[in-house]
Amino acid sequence: MIRLIASTLFLVLASATAHAAGGIDETINTATAPIAKFIGQIVFFKIPVGDAELPLVVLWLVIGAVFFTFYMGFINIRGFKHAIQLVRGDYANPNDAGEVSHFQALATAVSGTVGIGNIGGVAVAVTVGGPGATFWLIMAGFLGMSTKFVECTLGVKYRNENPDGSVSGGPMYYLDKGFAERGMKGFGKFVGMFYAIGIFIGALGIGNMFQSNQAFVQFVNVTGGEAGSWFADKGWLFGTVMALIVGSVIIGGIKSIARVTEKVVPFMAIFYCVFALIVIFMNFDAIPQAIANIFTGAMTGEGVVGGAIGALIIGFQRAVFSNEAGIGSASIAHSAVRTNEPVTEGVVSLLEPFIDTIIICTITALVIGTAQVSEPGFALVGVQGIAMTSAAFEREISWFPIPLAFAAMLFAFSTMISWSYYGLKGWTYLFGEGLMMDRLYKLIFCIFVALGCMVKLGPILDISDALVFLICVPNILGLYFLAPIVKKEMDSYFARIKSGEIKKYTHA
Amino acid sequence: MSNTFLVAVDGSEGSLRAAEFAAERALAGKTKLVLAYVIEWSPYSFHTPDELAERHKRREEEIERAQSTVLDPVAKLVTDKGCEVETVVRHGHPAQTLAELADGHDSAQIFIGRKGESRVATLLFGSVVGSLVQTSPVPVTVVP
Repeated sequence: MIRLIASTLFLVLASATAHAAGGIDETINTATAPIAKFIGQIVFFKIPVGDAELPLVVLWLVIGAVFFTFYMGFINIRGFKHAIQLVRGDYANPNDAGEVSHFQALATAVSGTVGIGNIGGVAVAVTVGGPGATFWLIMAGFLGMSTKFVECTLGVKYRNENPDGSVSGGPMYYLDKGFAERGMKGFGKFVGMFYAIGIFIGALGIGNMFQSNQAFVQFVNVTGGEAGSWFADKGWLFGTVMALIVGSVIIGGIKSIARVTEKVVPFMAIFYCVFALIVIFMNFDAIPQAIANIFTGAMTGEGVVGGAIGALIIGFQRAVFSNEAGIGSASIAHSAVRTNEPVTEGVVSLLEPFIDTIIICTITALVIGTAQVSEPGFALVGVQGIAMTSAAFEREISWFPIPLAFAAMLFAFSTMISWSYYGLKGWTYLFGEGLMMDRLYKLIFCIFVALGCMVKLGPILDISDALVFLICVPNILGLYFLAPIVKKEMDSYFARIKSGEIKKYTHA
Repeated sequence: MSNTFLVAVDGSEGSLRAAEFAAERALAGKTKLVLAYVIEWSPYSFHTPDELAERHKRREEEIERAQSTVLDPVAKLVTDKGCEVETVVRHGHPAQTLAELADGHDSAQIFIGRKGESRVATLLFGSVVGSLVQTSPVPVTVVP
């Protein structure tokens, strides 16, 4: 069976490659561009605020995050200490040893969100939104913690436990069941389906093609650039290899590759942060000025289109891209945890935007910020995204772009593995659990990994981007409806912690 | 009052010898035997989302397998000798978990078989017996 799939995969890739040489880019682009433009215009419908333009969907996410922060009584601050206790295993029942721990659920979800966005996305924010965007990025991360809390609590509460003992959770399940409980069965079914389709297509786009594409771009950069690299026009080769590796993990079930990646990614993240801190301290004199720029930039928005509001919009937008709060994807991973208290997983998930946005993104922003202070215009005009971050590191540590490229590829890979699962859950929600459908989905997923490196898929990526943001509309709508349930559970849980009914386990 | 002996069972010959040795001592004092199998596992390891979703199922399978292929035969062996027996399968760090189980079952002693690994192997991988001796709350009998 596996061999059959592998050979089919190979044939499909071979034929796709043959076409890529011809006009497949053109054909796809011309065919999808109008659709992408149309969907993009609706989803990213912008309202002018002064000189800046505010996409409604970003406003929707921000209002949601602010609301949940207040409604849950600043759970993002109150729950923080308890989150660390839970992750440490203070409340883990020894009889449940061997089940998914809070730490494992968090680590897996973080691997899924820490990606290219933490390295490249921040550079985009700082380039377009000025240093002040960093302030709003952190703010968005802070508020996003509350949204995550609500999402992940619901993910665990309304998950499905399949007859074979495995679990399926996520927004499609809580939207479906949650609305049904409130007497809106039909509507719940509809938004659940809608979400499932969105997450499936999103998984092929930002969770797949975008990642493999960016990994390829950085790979070409370090091997000699667009002009000098032998690989520059070998996207099909890179893509096929990438697809085969991804395929061997998700179809072939070669756990060792996945296990290695899942082990390496956290270390990569730590390695990245350590070196980033070193680079920041090498620019020691520039630190106060860089931090001052972040605050003044946030208030004045000097030199940014749309001023302070412009910086705010960009900061928030990038934060959402990076930590996915409000999109609901992470609650799929979190719902695997074994606990009788859904609130505990929500509390643990608070740490996710904290690690992703408040720590890693801020560090990246400071690397770029201090470099800008000590050498204005250190990066060539037009250099942006991951290349800009790379240049900021290179100023101090000349060989760093190479490990950075390696880290970027690993982040891309782990994000793809996580998203392949998110997409699969959307897919199985629609078509039911079954081996054939499961395999079919994974095959499609691998083909898109290769396509991501081969064809310039601007419009298709736009569609996928738009859909990922579109699914946050029903998701957050659902969160509003179900927030009272979460609040009740939260209050009851914390009351029982306080009264001592829920105790810590002492480990020998 | 302590009224059990904990025996670490892992399916090896050494652990079988430990069980037989413990059974003789148990019969003498009418002590209950607790046969424990620890599946090595860490709550701080990393997994893919796929693995997480199937974790509960896998855990049940692991426990089932340990029970049927390792513990049950040993349990039968010592029951036939006339001992009262209880079995337990637990996930965790082997030495630490055995120590916790001894605590939880109010055991007077832990019996554990020795693998007799070479020095290099012990240096590289550590030894369960070695760390159990260091951390156990009760006396440990190492059966060669």
